[in-house]
Amino acid sequence: MVDRKGVVIVGEISNGKLASITTELLNIGRKLADELGEELAALFIGSGMSEAAREAISYGADRVYTIDGPMFADYLTDSYVGALEKFDKQFYPELLLFGHTSLGRDLAPRLAFRLETGLTLDCIDIAIDTETRLLKKTKPIYGGNALAVYVCEGTRPQMASIRAKTMEPAKPDTSRKGEMIPFDPALDKAAIRGKVTGRTKEEVTGIKLEEANVVVCGGRGIGGMEQFQKLEELAWLLNGAVGATRPPCDDKWCPAHCQIGNTGKLVSPALYIGIALSGSMQHIAGMSGSKTIVAINKDPEANIFGVAHYGVVDDYTKVLPAFTAKCKELLSKG
Amino acid sequence: MNMIVCVKEILDPEIPAKLFKIGAETQRAIKPSEIKLVISDYDESAMEAALKIKDAVASKITVISLGSESATNVIRHCIAMGGDEGILLSDPLFIDNDSYGTAFVLAEAIKKIGDYDLILCGRQEGDWDAGQVGSGIAELLGIPSVTIISGIEVRDGKIVVERLLTDGRETVEVATPVLVTVSSEVGEPRYPNLRRIRESYKKEIPVWTAQDVAPAKAKNRMLSLWVPVREAKCEFITGATPEEAGTNLALKLKEAKLI
Repeated sequence: MVDRKGVVIVGEISNGKLASITTELLNIGRKLADELGEELAALFIGSGMSEAAREAISYGADRVYTIDGPMFADYLTDSYVGALEKFDKQFYPELLLFGHTSLGRDLAPRLAFRLETGLTLDCIDIAIDTETRLLKKTKPIYGGNALAVYVCEGTRPQMASIRAKTMEPAKPDTSRKGEMIPFDPALDKAAIRGKVTGRTKEEVTGIKLEEANVVVCGGRGIGGMEQFQKLEELAWLLNGAVGATRPPCDDKWCPAHCQIGNTGKLVSPALYIGIALSGSMQHIAGMSGSKTIVAINKDPEANIFGVAHYGVVDDYTKVLPAFTAKCKELLSKG
Repeated sequence: MNMIVCVKEILDPEIPAKLFKIGAETQRAIKPSEIKLVISDYDESAMEAALKIKDAVASKITVISLGSESATNVIRHCIAMGGDEGILLSDPLFIDNDSYGTAFVLAEAIKKIGDYDLILCGRQEGDWDAGQVGSGIAELLGIPSVTIISGIEVRDGKIVVERLLTDGRETVEVATPVLVTVSSEVGEPRYPNLRRIRESYKKEIPVWTAQDVAPAKAKNRMLSLWVPVREAKCEFITGATPEEAGTNLALKLKEAKLI
């Protein structure tokens, strides 16, 4: 077996800046690399990538690899997996980490099978066992009811994708020095199957749900579109974002991209406030990483109280206006 | 269109949390006796996506499942929904494997079936949420994959899918054979009618064992599995009126420096 070394995180750029998940990966990546006594590198893949990739150095990377070319303008499984396979065969990383994003969810599994190694997706914690140098990967399973820890013993690289907001972001230090290394995987275009023929982007005004420090989430019990919109005021007061369980999205009280849960957004804010929602398994799976959970629901048996730190058992239509007004007063905002 | 749909039988993920327990020795969730096993809901969505294609073009759907004997129930359910054939992959050697081992057995079974244009899987298991098996099967078969789709159709012999992204959707066009993984956004799975349910029970479902399809070694090993114990119980905030409770909640959060 070749001698593998170093931690590589696969970075992402969003609106010309490092994506927040990437600064989180750089932080945990730095820590793991230091524990292993090895280097941390960031790898970016795309077309006409801005100088944003260089920023990864001030966020902790010793080296930044870029795979840049028109054939990587659109994400296609074949081109990205092919490029990373070539990268792996050239640089032999010991650890390969992804964000659990649209990119990571598709790229990481296919790559793991190509490299014939073990991957764990959607980890909320990763750590190095200093004795065995194995990466211990913790992920929620059974809809967040249980946690499992996996290791990959016999094959390399060790791979994981990390859920957003479960790691602290790295703090930039512009005095840090590092190396920029362009890498050409020399892929055969003929081997790329499929093409992207269209794309629609959801317009998000304000703070992105998965990046928000405060999430105000409404459920079926909110009762209607007009009532649902009232959650906006509280979210605005707390510098947060509005989320929803599945029923409000199905009933079009709010856009589909607000949905939090296994099939929607996975959020881990500092403060999550769940209002008039029961807390189905698939919703809990999407928010159980929240640091503090507050629930307002008139049903004391609601599942959400099983995971909440603070709760009010009462009619939200009476509790919420008073709560919002008091928050406004305390924050003297408005 | 020759389609293969991969489905899994799981413990209903919507069971009340207090019924959820892990077996100390088995390192698996214990099935409460009153709770039935169900089809993993994303797999049911995959079946629905296959049926949408069958509604439009003449097709054959083969449903395969890796699991214990009882998994024939979810295969029959899919046949009742509108599937044609079913195969159960069942052998003690298939159990307790990871995503790699599972994808390997399914891919071997698909090779044995031989004739296919489109393979459909759920986007992730409803129990272990691994999210790797679909991509893995495609890689082992050497065919393209498009994951987490919310819509699919056949256009000029090509597969056109709508793929869900964290910040939007994109349309991807790809030639067959191809594998897709399906999300629940594809639409509510149809209910089987009584006649089809009855017919599904007459259907012979062959069982393939490790003698028919070779198992593979796992890549990952599970070190531990546990139900997290919450250190803090929920602190209930009250008041003389609901309004007062709301005010008190705000004060509490301020005191705890949460707002």
